[in-house]
Amino acid sequence: MKKSLLGALALVLLTALPAFAADSIKLGFNIPMTGDIPDVGESSKNSAEMLKKKINDAGGVDIGGKKYVLEFIYEDNESKAESALSAARKLITQDKVLGIIGPQSSKQAVPAGEASNELKAPMISPWSTNPNTTKARPFVFRGCFLDTFQGPVAAKFATEEYGAKKAAVLYDIASDYPKGLAEDFKAAFEKLNGPGSVVAFETFTTKDVDFSAQLTNIAKSGAEVLFTPQYYNEVPLIVKQAKSMGFTKPIMGSDSWGSGDLMGLCGDDCKGLSFVTHYAAAGAKGKTKEFIDEYTTLYKKTPDDVAALTWDSINLMLDGAKRMGPITGDMEKDRDALRKAMTATKDFDGITGKMSFNPEGDHDPVKCAVVVKIDPEGKFGFYKSVCPN
Amino acid sequence: MLQSFIQNIFNALQWGSFYSLIALGYCLVYGVLLLINFAHGDIFMVGAYIAFYVCMLFLGKLGIIPGMPGWLVLALAVPLTMMLTAVVGVTLERVAYRPLRRKGVNRLYVVITALMCGLILEHANLALLGASRRSFPTLIPTTVYNIAGVNITNIKMGVILVAILAFFFLRFVVVKTKIGMAMRAISYDRFAVPLMGIPADSVIVFTFVLGSGFAGLAGLLFAITYPVLDPYMGALIGWKAFIAAVVGGIGSIRGAFAGGFLLGFVEIMVVAFFPSTLRDLIAFTILLLILSVKPTGLFGVARRTKI
Repeated sequence: MKKSLLGALALVLLTALPAFAADSIKLGFNIPMTGDIPDVGESSKNSAEMLKKKINDAGGVDIGGKKYVLEFIYEDNESKAESALSAARKLITQDKVLGIIGPQSSKQAVPAGEASNELKAPMISPWSTNPNTTKARPFVFRGCFLDTFQGPVAAKFATEEYGAKKAAVLYDIASDYPKGLAEDFKAAFEKLNGPGSVVAFETFTTKDVDFSAQLTNIAKSGAEVLFTPQYYNEVPLIVKQAKSMGFTKPIMGSDSWGSGDLMGLCGDDCKGLSFVTHYAAAGAKGKTKEFIDEYTTLYKKTPDDVAALTWDSINLMLDGAKRMGPITGDMEKDRDALRKAMTATKDFDGITGKMSFNPEGDHDPVKCAVVVKIDPEGKFGFYKSVCPN
Repeated sequence: MLQSFIQNIFNALQWGSFYSLIALGYCLVYGVLLLINFAHGDIFMVGAYIAFYVCMLFLGKLGIIPGMPGWLVLALAVPLTMMLTAVVGVTLERVAYRPLRRKGVNRLYVVITALMCGLILEHANLALLGASRRSFPTLIPTTVYNIAGVNITNIKMGVILVAILAFFFLRFVVVKTKIGMAMRAISYDRFAVPLMGIPADSVIVFTFVLGSGFAGLAGLLFAITYPVLDPYMGALIGWKAFIAAVVGGIGSIRGAFAGGFLLGFVEIMVVAFFPSTLRDLIAFTILLLILSVKPTGLFGVARRTKI
């Protein structure tokens, strides 16, 4: 009994040894592989795997004079806030990752960001646009623009493009991102068109599928455009039901439209609609086009904005890692060094734009938005670019 | 004003139809076995997925047989979905509930087993078919009829009609047929019935066939109306339909229908007249008030222990 116990102990130690001997750095991924928006998790993982293969095939990433192989650990946050929180904690305390990429949607990113900040591990969210994710959190970064920028862009587009003086909004009140963006849009639209110009401000809860009562109110209100900042699994239902309620005015959306199988679920009903997003694959040039071609060859589909932003965010973190100095092995010191290096990022040339972080204040890069229009073939076409002045 | 009110009445009738069809399954099984089949919402989800694959097969999208016109696919899909979903329900009964019944365990254990079966169905779907949403193919193109300012689609009318027909069919089966009489007999005294020479097990299987068949039908109609399918779609609707069945009076068919349509009406009308953020709060407060005034539900029968 004692001999076999000793033997088992020796075996365990032997198998554990190689983990300490390999020169690798671990990055964690907190992504929604199941739940409401699994396509977002799939895009993130695809992008990450493509980058990992590229870097590891070239020998790894150079930190402090030594080459380190990348090791990615994926955790599924099931599109739920509590799961995102426990996934973040597991990655930081158990898997001892250097930094975390994700969560993607604000509902998970806001609480996970609090955990990361508390446990002093750098986290970057590629896709979360709600300001609360990075607010007063020195360890949390983001790779995209804010809703306080997106709201006014959407409001301006609605006013100019459709000549709309009255707008309606339909959003999920139980989720941070749609709620924040709906309020930002309302404030911006009313600034442009006068108070009360948002004539219908309707809500529903996550997982609702029937919007007939809300859409009846919206059709009755006389709104000239409907803004609905929802995810790809809800938009097709909203658009189809709006049509059957007799609402014939334009419907527009936000960056959450661009990810996932929107056209597969929506079909013809979504053709001709527009939304604000981070990048448009059509008409891309240079490094962006290279990324799109590689991704399309490998995964047989065009990368969405989540894939592009994840690529940029991982590269942002690795860029910081290259500048952080040698890895000491003390997790706390290394994570803090990574944070310092990432905060000092200036003019990082990503495929979705040039990014810098502000050393004072929240780590939100200044980026341009792109308005995409869905063409008659169902492809996302570039319509115009809006940059902050 | 009147227009949007009538519009909302139709919205409520359609939404209530789904709750009614599912509440029916709860009520039938409860009536016969005094068991609350918590897996029922997930049987509804399985029905929707079965409908999805049946329609994809007959539309020729799976490449096995050439495609057929939409209306024919719908005509074939209805009986096929109901039968296949009934098979799922009966399998659940054979595998999970009957062994426990034989052992004569406390009904509470069977209820917990039912809950577990529901979870197994959800997660098996997730594991086998993946997390991605499925888009239900269009069988009959939606035509919007505008009658005096009220917009109604052909699908909406179809759903409401089917729910009403289902109610009359089930009333007929339970009240006018021999097997319906056997079902009512079992609900009065389960142990005396076999003594009278009635095969109790066959009647119970028939009950599950009916309940699951209608859940399958509800799944098909739901998939046609809201064509985005996901593995967890049955959970929330199942729970709400259960609440509707309890408020209507669990064990009574009229109760299940009344409860389903009542919940549908309350949810839709609250959004129509109050800010839509207060929907769930007001809807469940109203249900709570109804239960506190009449604890057995609207058409329910008083019993010493319900679970």
